[in-house]
Amino acid sequence: MSGARVLINAPATAVAGEVIEIRTLIAHVMETGHRMGAQGEVIPRNIINRFACRYDGAEVFTADLFPAIAANPFIAFTVVATRSGTLAFEWTDDQGTIETAAHSLIVT
Amino acid sequence: MADATPRPTLAEAIRKFANGREVQTGLLELDVPPLVENGNAVGVTVQIGPGIGVGLHVRRIGLFNEKNPLAEIALFHFGMPVPSPKVATRVRLATTQDVTAVAELSDGSCWESTVHVIVTLAACIEDLGP
Amino acid sequence: MSGRLAALAALCFAAQTSGAEPAKLSGLAFVSQQTRALQADDTGNPGMLWVLEGEQLWSARTGTAAKACADCHGAAPQSMRGVAARYPAFDASERRLLNLEARIDQCRTLRQGAPAFTPESRELLALASFVAHQSRGLPIAPPRDPRLAPFLASGARLFRQRRGQLDLSCHDCHDQRAGQKLAGNLIPQAHPTGYPLYRLEWQAVGSLQRRLRGCMTGVRARAFDYGSPELIDLELFLMSRAAPLPMETPAVRP
Repeated sequence: MSGARVLINAPATAVAGEVIEIRTLIAHVMETGHRMGAQGEVIPRNIINRFACRYDGAEVFTADLFPAIAANPFIAFTVVATRSGTLAFEWTDDQGTIETAAHSLIVT
Repeated sequence: MADATPRPTLAEAIRKFANGREVQTGLLELDVPPLVENGNAVGVTVQIGPGIGVGLHVRRIGLFNEKNPLAEIALFHFGMPVPSPKVATRVRLATTQDVTAVAELSDGSCWESTVHVIVTLAACIEDLGP
Repeated sequence: MSGRLAALAALCFAAQTSGAEPAKLSGLAFVSQQTRALQADDTGNPGMLWVLEGEQLWSARTGTAAKACADCHGAAPQSMRGVAARYPAFDASERRLLNLEARIDQCRTLRQGAPAFTPESRELLALASFVAHQSRGLPIAPPRDPRLAPFLASGARLFRQRRGQLDLSCHDCHDQRAGQKLAGNLIPQAHPTGYPLYRLEWQAVGSLQRRLRGCMTGVRARAFDYGSPELIDLELFLMSRAAPLPMETPAVRP
């Protein structure tokens, strides 16, 4: 189920061959695994470790993320608009939780 | 709890990404502010220049750091050729250090750019949590 | 020197020696260009994730009354416009000062029949962010309410009271030394224009009370409890002092 806390910024339309920028923001604590709690215990690591963007089903951009990525990860990237279709985004964290979002792109 | 082995150096991390290929300087624009007021969310943008060579495209971009607990920050993979591709994110930097971006092109060649970032810390450290 | 220029010079000198206050500036004026850019971009500002969640909570039916905020208040952009800019406010039924979070909790318990939110809980911050966001751009305008006078006076006193092992008052840093450096950051004037805000140091959104408690810990004083009368009086004083700066919620600060 898509979490509430995702913001996608991408153009609704593009011209075929145009390079478009997609900006994504998702809420996640990105717990590094290096922090210690009040009793000196290590707070276990839990980060989004993978981000993927599929354009009409084909994986056009992926990212392997490490604890150095800031909390509430922001990832922006460019793709070439080829044809109208859906951009599907997927974030996976260390606990296996998967968040998804989608954006419709019309290419003329 | 702490690892017995120290983290790889920045140079080792770059070498591993490049799979033994020689890493050249140039082609990349690594945009990071040279002085940041808080190391928790440092904006980083990597853009590959237009002079990439005919028929070539970018396959991967790696972001590495010098002094965090882990050498890797992120590894980005482009599944489609994009002219002058760009990638941006926000990173955590534990202290003043070098940040390096390395791009691997479709012919296997690797290009890098490094920025030295001064990280200032918050004046008052709060107790953990609200 | 011409007469007009001399008169102008005299005026400037007079403004300095009369102790005229420096311009009232939002905390935005004291942060880096990167932080300013982060706040300005609604699709990159992490605080907007809380606003987004608040928007969804606004329409969610909850509690024994199975009511959503929207059921009584309708569309927030209309009904909540200007509200955060005039809080904290005096609540006649409870005969006390309420900040925005306390007002939300009052609705939750009395009108929705749901348990009150924990202070600094994600949902409470999300709803407060969403409501305060509806006042973005509007000048802070504390109500002209004579019932507020004793609370305002108390807040003003607390603002000037030295405390903690470092024996500092809010006034010492934020009136006397605004614009000077404290470790890597510039000391702002401490106008709460953008709360709840995303603080880079917290890596999350937090309330003004959280920030005040953090400052108190910083001067090695025992921090007032969440919801204490001292903190709400300080909130009222700070908002009065900040008027008419525009609201910025959700702000981003280091």
